Amino acid sequence: MSVIGAHSALRAAILAVVLSAGPGASRADELQAKLTYCKTCHGLSGQGYHGYYTMPRLAGQQPDYIENQLRAFIEHRRKNEIMANVAHVLSPSMVAALAHHFRELNPPPLDGGGRGDTALGRHIFEEGLPESNVPACSACHGQDAKGQDQIPRLAGQLPDYIYSKLVNWASERGQNKSMPDSSAVMGPTSHNLTKSQISAVAAYVAGLR
Amino acid sequence: MKRNWSKLVVLLAFLGAPVSSRAGSFEPATIRNCTWCHGTGAQGYTVAPRLAGQRALYIESQLRGYAAHFRDNPLSKQYMWSAAANVGSGTARDLAEYLESLPPKTAGDGDHALASRGEAIFLQGIPEANIVACQACHGPSGQGVREIPRLGGMSYFYLKRRLREWGQGYHSTPGSPMPIVAGSLGPAEIEALASYLSFVR
Repeated sequence: MSVIGAHSALRAAILAVVLSAGPGASRADELQAKLTYCKTCHGLSGQGYHGYYTMPRLAGQQPDYIENQLRAFIEHRRKNEIMANVAHVLSPSMVAALAHHFRELNPPPLDGGGRGDTALGRHIFEEGLPESNVPACSACHGQDAKGQDQIPRLAGQLPDYIYSKLVNWASERGQNKSMPDSSAVMGPTSHNLTKSQISAVAAYVAGLR
Repeated sequence: MKRNWSKLVVLLAFLGAPVSSRAGSFEPATIRNCTWCHGTGAQGYTVAPRLAGQRALYIESQLRGYAAHFRDNPLSKQYMWSAAANVGSGTARDLAEYLESLPPKTAGDGDHALASRGEAIFLQGIPEANIVACQACHGPSGQGVREIPRLGGMSYFYLKRRLREWGQGYHSTPGSPMPIVAGSLGPAEIEALASYLSFVR
């Protein structure tokens, strides 16, 4: 072997050792690659995105909510084949790191929020509709709609996402009968709201920052 | 239908026919140009992609991109920059809506053996490799929506070239996540996806 050949072989060997011996750096790279993957669909700032399906905003979302939903996809409590595949390969530490990252993001609402009867939406959000047995959303989601623990942030969420989730609640959430979960809380409320009331609430919270 | 497609149909179908003065604000020479490369049925031909059934908002956005020299891959520069230079927004909209209304055919020119691999990537992505599921944006049959293009039935050669060009740093639509997507795809994944999509109806 020539001197130059030996040199480059040595350098390649050193490089291989350095690359394999950097668990800290590679974990950071792994997280970054996974974040880029998430944001490809959920928006480059986590603000949500309108594809063929509506991909929800993750920015500012409650970490416990994100973790619970990712588990829900895997456990078939929540029906979504694409997200079940996505969640399936995530380690618990990766999930925690992703959720923490999105918690810190705070881009403005996509497209400036929602359009529609935001006055009615605000009324429903803050007062509820006692005659229809709909409690005030703010009672659980907070006055600022930022959520808490497993209760999701709604502020800045894409209005068509909220609409489709509430309209389809009974067929998308709580789907694993052997594993009842907290999604049951929203069952009666989603059932008692009319579609136009849902549109109004969605338009209102979409504009909240 | 308030926009008169029949005028466009006449213009697109009869190459070289005398141009009626009823064509009004359309630029007939420019519209006739489409058929020279994309075919009279707009089903595409060699390097020119199928436009039949393509999403109208996508066609409009790309025409704007050519005119602004934003879409900058070599064939766009060579052919579409000049072709789109004088297409006004009204003409672009009429043309795009007409093209979307045409029933698309299926190219079927990919490798059959790779189709099932391509289908799996298209529908599920490869989560371990951070490759997203294409259907999230392009729809389960690659039908596209709004500004997001139809991919189903496009030719293998066109799809393969476009996926490579995204990865090579060429631009097409501002704010598109496609540079990230294409950057995650290796040559084998691109072969499989382009093959699969060429068969999708």
